[in-house]
This record gives sequence, C-alpha cells and structure tokens, in this order.
Amino acid sequence: MKYSYFPGCSLKGLGRAYEESLLPVMKHLGVELQELDDWNCCGATAYMAVDEVKACVLAARNLALAEKSGLNQVMAPCAACYLVLNKAKHYFHDYPAMKATMDRALNAVGLHYSGDTPVRHPLDILLNDVGLEAIKQKVEKPLKGLKVATYYGCQIVRPYATFDDQYNPTTMDRLMEALGATLVHYPLKTKCCGGSLTGTLPEAGIRLVYILLNEAKKRGADCIATVCPLCQFNLDGYHSQLKAQYGDVLVPTVYFTQLMGLAFGLSDKELGLNRAAVPFKWRPPLPAAATPVPA
Amino acid sequence: MVKSMTTPPATKKATVPTRSSDRPNVQRPGEESVPIMKMRPTIKYEADRVRGFGREIMSVPGCEQLQSCIQCGTCSGVCPLSIYMDHTPRQVMALTRADFKNEVLRSRTIWLCASCYACTVECPQEIRITDIMYELKQRAILEGIFPKRFPIPILAYDFSEMVKKNGRITEMILVIKLFMKTSWLAALGNWRLGIDLIKTGRFSLVTEKIKHHGDIARMMDAVDDQKGS
Repeated sequence: MKYSYFPGCSLKGLGRAYEESLLPVMKHLGVELQELDDWNCCGATAYMAVDEVKACVLAARNLALAEKSGLNQVMAPCAACYLVLNKAKHYFHDYPAMKATMDRALNAVGLHYSGDTPVRHPLDILLNDVGLEAIKQKVEKPLKGLKVATYYGCQIVRPYATFDDQYNPTTMDRLMEALGATLVHYPLKTKCCGGSLTGTLPEAGIRLVYILLNEAKKRGADCIATVCPLCQFNLDGYHSQLKAQYGDVLVPTVYFTQLMGLAFGLSDKELGLNRAAVPFKWRPPLPAAATPVPA
Repeated sequence: MVKSMTTPPATKKATVPTRSSDRPNVQRPGEESVPIMKMRPTIKYEADRVRGFGREIMSVPGCEQLQSCIQCGTCSGVCPLSIYMDHTPRQVMALTRADFKNEVLRSRTIWLCASCYACTVECPQEIRITDIMYELKQRAILEGIFPKRFPIPILAYDFSEMVKKNGRITEMILVIKLFMKTSWLAALGNWRLGIDLIKTGRFSLVTEKIKHHGDIARMMDAVDDQKGS
C-alpha cells in the first residue's frame, strides 16, 4: 500500500504532533507514504473568504502534483485540507467554467489535472484498506480501561460525507474499540469547535470549546480523540481562559494516531505527546493483584 | 423603589409634551430609569435595495439554490453561532435574495460563520448556505466594508497574501501580524498560550516556503486575466 501524502501547513506547524504520530503509526502498519513534492497551502477556510476560485486553483495544483507523482491516491490528514481538496474536485466536475479556470491556471505553470485522483482521509484508509483485523494484530498494549470521547468535528463529515455517516460517524469509534479502549457516548462528536473564532472573537469561540470539553468531562472521558489540528489546538490551547471563565472543565485532547501509537507500544516522545498544553499520560493498569476468592 | 418615590411627578414639569411623537419623553412616576425609546424601522424600505445584488450572488457557482429558500429557519436553528448574530442566517438568506446589499454586507453574521456546514447539510432546499456566506465575505472584503481593526477579514486577507508570496502558511508569523494590525491588548491576553507554544516546541518563526513559489503568483495572475477579459 502506497499513497501520496499531503501534510498541509498545520501538520508542519501547530499540529506537528499529528504528523509525528501519523508517520510511525502508518509505517508500523506497512502503509508507505510519499510526501507530495513541493505541495502548497490547500486554500483553507481563510482563502475561501477572499476568493473561492483562487482557493480551488490552489487545491488543484496539489491534486495535479499528486497525479504527476504517479501514485493514484492522495492522503490528507488535516480536516480542512481534506475538505478543500475534495471541494475543488467537486467544483472541477460540477462547473465547466470553474474547470476551465483551473485548467488555465495549471497550464500557466505546466501542470495538468484530470479530475480523477481520490483524496482520502487516514481514517478511511485505516478502516477500508488496512482493515481493523490487521490493526488489532499490531496492538501490543491494549488501551484497556481508557475512556475515550471520539470527536470528529465538522469538516470530514460536512458537507461531503465521503466514507462515514454524516450524523453519527463511527470509523474512529470502531478503531478505538479495536485498540481496546472504552468509548464514552459523546453526542457532540460532529459539533463545531469554533474554528478560528477562538482567536478572532474569543467570546463566541471559547464558549463552543467549553461546551465540547464540559460534555466530555461530564461523561467521564479520560481524553478526547480528534482528527483535526484546529480542533486539537482549540480544545487544548485555551486552557487558561477556559479555567478562568468556566472552572475546571479540562480534558486532554489527543490525535487518534497518538492513541494508536500508544497501543502499538510506541513511546510518548515518538508520538509527540509532549506537544500538548494539557498533558495526557496513560499507562496500562497493573494486573490486578490476585485476591483470594471468598468461599 | 425608594428612588422612584422621591421623584417629582412628571406632570409638575413646566412643559408637558402634547404631540404623539414626543410621548416617549413623558416621565411617568416610577419610570424614570427607563431609557428613552429609539425609533428604528424593523422592516426595510424598498428604496434600500441595490437592484440586481441577489441575482448576482445567485449566479455564483454553488449559490444558485438560494432562489428556492422557503424561509423555514432550519439554518438559524442549527447554527452554533446564531445567538451572537444581528441577522440570523435565515434573515441573511432573505435579505440577500431581496437585494438588501448594504444590510447583508454590514451584518456581523457573515463574519461569525465558522464554516462548520451544519446549515448546508440540514437545508431542506439544498442551499449551500456556507458557500453563500463565503461569497458575501468576499464581497465585503472587496468593497472594504468592515470595522477598522476587525480581525476576521484582516486574517483572511493576510492569509491569502502569505500564500501568494510563499505558497504556504507559517502560522505564528500570521498570528503575530494579526495582533499587530488589530490589538496588542489581545496579544497580551494570550501570553499564556504563547508560553505554552514555546514550551511544547510549536512556536516556529521559520518561514515556510515552497520551491516554485513563483508558480503560485503565476496561477493567480492567470485567474485574474481571465476575470478581466
């Protein structure tokens, strides 16, 4: 199994723990990843607000580069990149005028995009290509007793639900169960984390983060597992404001790949677990001391 | 209560307004603290419309379905940010379709949209509300209609400029620039976050740049040429 890999800016910046855990985990499972040569920003939400056509053109360059690499599938772990690349692909197919603009812009730099390359999320690849059975076989230290709230966020299920249910996605749930973790019922799994509003309009943004954390805390989660660098940053980074405003609602937020790595027996450091502001430490429970069975 | 009892009755005033338009100025006993009511129209006048605006928006790829909006309000109900909005998403849909350009572009709503797409997937008419919000943001940025030092459009614009120049985003440089242009105070309020980022090795000021960064500008120029022609 070999895929072209599109990291995106976040995985090289604030979300570097996602890449740090994703790469060894994929290697451990025998999935080969080849980083897209000279990839550029996907376009993201901020660019969409300035010029949607140009945002799609930016995404198209990456898709064209993926095609050029000869590997026919591209993996995009960041939720925003995943959405924007897929959105550009939809626009390419649905709107002839948009396709013409993309063709023209790519032509100016000697690239070509045919519109085929599938854009895939690591969860999709893990469940549908690698398979849960193969993952189970690699588990060395099952996450027994660890209570996980799975948080998918917006952009991998909306507006395009490509590999999971739009309202009740379960791919990460099944993955966590395969690792031996216990799921916490978390009905907010696809609710919004506030995106960049936490920084630009904190009054509104941080309240959304509070709602997510508070629910996980109330339901007894040891950690929240996420698939998005912005969700992780929002849920983790604003802990001092959250504490001051709402009291102790903090729950560590980790990437699902970090939990996979722990179950595969990789160390905290290898998985970038030292990168979070709200620390997450988990050790498998010691085997219960043999207690004499009362007669 | 004590205060209102010591207030002299309004009728003892030298001039008692008689015209109906002056009535809000009449002080009744016990009502002294009620602010004077400001009259503002709640329904827009026909003359406030900018003819053709709605049609223009509906001609943008992805925004066509706006014409079939049934004003059910589902979008406002599912929006996690509508409680902060001056016009709910449903109202923005109606105002846009009815050509109220100034009301829509000056509305706080378009900037509060975090693009979570909850409205888009729930809309019974399959209107891509998030994409319409994007389009409205673009118009507002293009026409420069937003409060000075308002961070959201400034962030969006700086983001696009950085991508055009380098091909990639260096998050910390973008954030620092944003604070410089908007509010130093907000930066100080986030001191704890900055320390955390340094401690966890995520505070990087090394500019991320692609090899063929000239390609990005060339592609953008190709788009602009086509728009111009």
